[in-house]
Amino acid sequence: MCGIVGLLVKNQKMRADIGKLMLPMLIGMTERGPDSAGLAIFGAPVADDERKFCLYTPDVVFDWQKLERDFAAHFGTKDKVEQNANHVILKTTVAPDSVKAWLKEAYPRLSLLCVGQLMDMYKDTGTPAQVAARYGFQNLSGSHLVGHTRMATESAVTPAHAHPFTAGEDWCLVHNGSLSNPNSIRRMLEHEGIGFETDNDTEAACRFLEWRMREGDDLKTALNKGFDELDGFFTLLMGTKDQLALVRDPFACKPAIVAEHDDYVAIASEYRSLAHLPDVKNAHLYEPMPEELYIWKV
Amino acid sequence: MTKKLVLEESAGFDQKVIEYVHRASATGLYEIRGMGAKRHLPSFDDLVFLAGSASRYPLEGYREKCTTTTVLGTRFAKKPIELAIPITIAGMSFGALSGRVKEALGRAATEMGTSTTTGDGGMTQEERQSSKTLVYQCLPSRYGFNPDDLRKADAIELVIGQGAKPGGGGMLLGQKVTKRVAGMRTLPVGVDQRSACRHPDWTGPDDLAIKVAELREITDWEKPIYIKVGATRTFNDVKLAVHAGADVIVVDGMQGGTAATQTVFIEHIGIPTLAALRQAVDALEDMNMRGKVQLIVSGGIRTGADVAKALAMGADAVAIGQGILLSLGCNSSSYLHNGEHIDATADYNALGTQPGYCHHCHTGKCPVGVTTQDEELELRLEPLTGAKRVKNYLKTLNMELTTVARACGKSNVHHLEREDLVALTIEAAAMAKIPLAGTDWIPGVSRF
Amino acid sequence: MESLDLHKITVRELNQYLHKELPSKNGVKKLEILNPDGMHSIAAGMDLPVDIDIQGHGGYYVGGMNKHANITVHGNVGWGVAENMMSGTVRVKGFASSAAGATGRGGTLIIEGDTSLRCGISMKGIDIIVGGSIGNFSGFMAQAGRMVICGDAGDGLGDSMYEAVFYVRGKIKSLGADAQEEPMTEADYAAVQELLDRAGFKHDPKEFKRVAGAKKLYNWNADANQEY
Repeated sequence: MCGIVGLLVKNQKMRADIGKLMLPMLIGMTERGPDSAGLAIFGAPVADDERKFCLYTPDVVFDWQKLERDFAAHFGTKDKVEQNANHVILKTTVAPDSVKAWLKEAYPRLSLLCVGQLMDMYKDTGTPAQVAARYGFQNLSGSHLVGHTRMATESAVTPAHAHPFTAGEDWCLVHNGSLSNPNSIRRMLEHEGIGFETDNDTEAACRFLEWRMREGDDLKTALNKGFDELDGFFTLLMGTKDQLALVRDPFACKPAIVAEHDDYVAIASEYRSLAHLPDVKNAHLYEPMPEELYIWKV
Repeated sequence: MTKKLVLEESAGFDQKVIEYVHRASATGLYEIRGMGAKRHLPSFDDLVFLAGSASRYPLEGYREKCTTTTVLGTRFAKKPIELAIPITIAGMSFGALSGRVKEALGRAATEMGTSTTTGDGGMTQEERQSSKTLVYQCLPSRYGFNPDDLRKADAIELVIGQGAKPGGGGMLLGQKVTKRVAGMRTLPVGVDQRSACRHPDWTGPDDLAIKVAELREITDWEKPIYIKVGATRTFNDVKLAVHAGADVIVVDGMQGGTAATQTVFIEHIGIPTLAALRQAVDALEDMNMRGKVQLIVSGGIRTGADVAKALAMGADAVAIGQGILLSLGCNSSSYLHNGEHIDATADYNALGTQPGYCHHCHTGKCPVGVTTQDEELELRLEPLTGAKRVKNYLKTLNMELTTVARACGKSNVHHLEREDLVALTIEAAAMAKIPLAGTDWIPGVSRF
Repeated sequence: MESLDLHKITVRELNQYLHKELPSKNGVKKLEILNPDGMHSIAAGMDLPVDIDIQGHGGYYVGGMNKHANITVHGNVGWGVAENMMSGTVRVKGFASSAAGATGRGGTLIIEGDTSLRCGISMKGIDIIVGGSIGNFSGFMAQAGRMVICGDAGDGLGDSMYEAVFYVRGKIKSLGADAQEEPMTEADYAAVQELLDRAGFKHDPKEFKRVAGAKKLYNWNADANQEY
């Protein structure tokens, strides 16, 4: 099972410290999720013709400079990579489909975590504290983020199985709960041409929403269809370019709590994770209702 | 001249299925019964031991000791349980069983140095007073659950499910919900009681961890906390139980019994104990928790051979339910009264069954006074006599266990290992991940 | 007044003190717990008639299996507040999350704000008085005890309930299987008044509706078209 955290910083002056604010929230969810952790953060955007690609290597030592050189040689650009432990961000104007195709062929061992203008994503195995230390989460800055700590229920513990999952540019999702029909959903979506990376039930929910939005549904419509088709228990927290969205299934057996403050909106599985936020005493605390979609915009 | 009888039974629509359809058509209700899965399943019967020979040397009896001491709950508890034998008495409720039976079980367990377990009705005085080591169940229903009994218990068993009905809750039909039972369960007398199938104040292993921590807090970390699951996705469940903080994990296979549940649960939901045990041990080894979190397996453990095989496959102990009831007289054609055997066959017939076939615990009309609340019938089980019989049974199991262990060269029954076993069928070899006898072949694991 | 600070001691140390040391300190009748910060199992397993003030928000199972103690939470609580309570009182000034008073057997649970889903699930004799509204599936399999709801009730109120009784002042979104509205009697009005007084809530008992089990699911009956 899992712990989820979400943070949207309304106060512009505090955005440089989003990492510091988030860290105790994530660590607070360690008992709920000791296996792996991850987060997606929305920060300064790249230019409109550019995209960020977050890549992950499972190898302890990886020659990122070679990747940089090979990319430049293939595409004729001068794009650089920024490396952070097992994680790298590549910024380029080359079309995403071309980049993905080249990566698949030239560097099949790398995982492409996400593509977007604003979103960076990290996910890895280890305790939340270990993962946070590895990537320097406390130094992150940005407007909003979605984070997750994992206790695997059925699928394996690997970096790829960790959350968040992404279903499109600048779009991601974390999940607390357990779907009871993920395999049927997967088979149905594979027929629709949607590809899967893992056998994690969360990915089934994520790709279901990806499919509905591809078919033209807005998020609310997609989620309503989800209530009919996805079975099981789920609290879903989603992050997009400019918003956080939260929904609980009708049985609402998995916990969630929200703190709304003038400076921020914070979400977590348990209040424990919110207790240390600045001035949380004066935040409006409430528990989200089942089957309602809550949206907070930046 | 009568026509020659030519009878061809259908395999798909056999007598049992015909009876099933007729019964459903007559009543409009699913069948409810007691006991565990009756169908043939891959089981410990399909495994045999490789004992002493030229390459391995057996131990003599008597002088060359074979230890059976078993410690449970070493991970977190201040006061782990120490048992003299690795054979425990499984959770069975007062309500399903009579108070006199609970007393008999307690006495027998105390004499043999092992434990009994409460069930879906709470703790009775009879059991707490007669049983030296008592495990207290915390079930979805929480019938009778209270902090005083929690503190009086020697261990706590948090039940997610049982082998007879994984995904289902407890059940006690109205005829067994007597004044005393109803009082303990806070129910009106005579209702058909169906327990909830999920716990009321937590769902999922992440929240289970918080519940386990609460029970530990209330009992000041003194008592081991067991987590019990009915066997389904056992590999995952055992890992999650470890994450949730279990000291001991109890895995109950589909052969596990019940006093009453829908037959569809018993025969069609859950996996055989053999397969579940392999998964449970693999999960503990995967997490490097063998020896740190103990494993109890139950569900169709009947003989000393079963106990030995369970230990060899990696369990630390077993729990027995149906076997214990059989030793008290379940399915016996007679009961003992003042030292004399009184025939009860007519009472079996009145239920529509015969000794050897009876599974009518749910009726409350147990002909030998075991699974009943009826004031007259329960007198057919004398607690001291019952205690002696259960003790004899446990003793026999333990003797067989040590005999097997010694033959395999072990001075401690916990030194039995999976390499002491081979399988007689391909299914058993695949489920238990033990090689087919005479070969190195484990289907799905090694090449033929 | 004795003050215990959860920024300085752990919940384990707190409960150890409350269980093992406090009973022998005859003079102490009242104490406060500071900085609960949403931690779990605070003051769970009490067995002593003391007054405890928890200054802030609690996590899960605050006052779990309480006996005799009077616990007041000056804030909100997480899941299962006063679960399986035997006696005594637990009062929450803010709101309570899911399964408030779950399987409670006695004593009084007062929630001044709202509660989330499954309030009073499987209750076995506890009295629960809620100043605000309660969420879906509340009173599920409620066996005994009374629940007073000054606000609204969500979906599935009292599904499969036995002998417990609910008094609802606001709207009921939907009743659960076998739950039904029944006329209020003088005894009901008196009970509601007594319970409201206990909680200190000022409402007119005449505004409350009685909800109880129809008792049609007590025994299986093939011809009764029972829900299952």
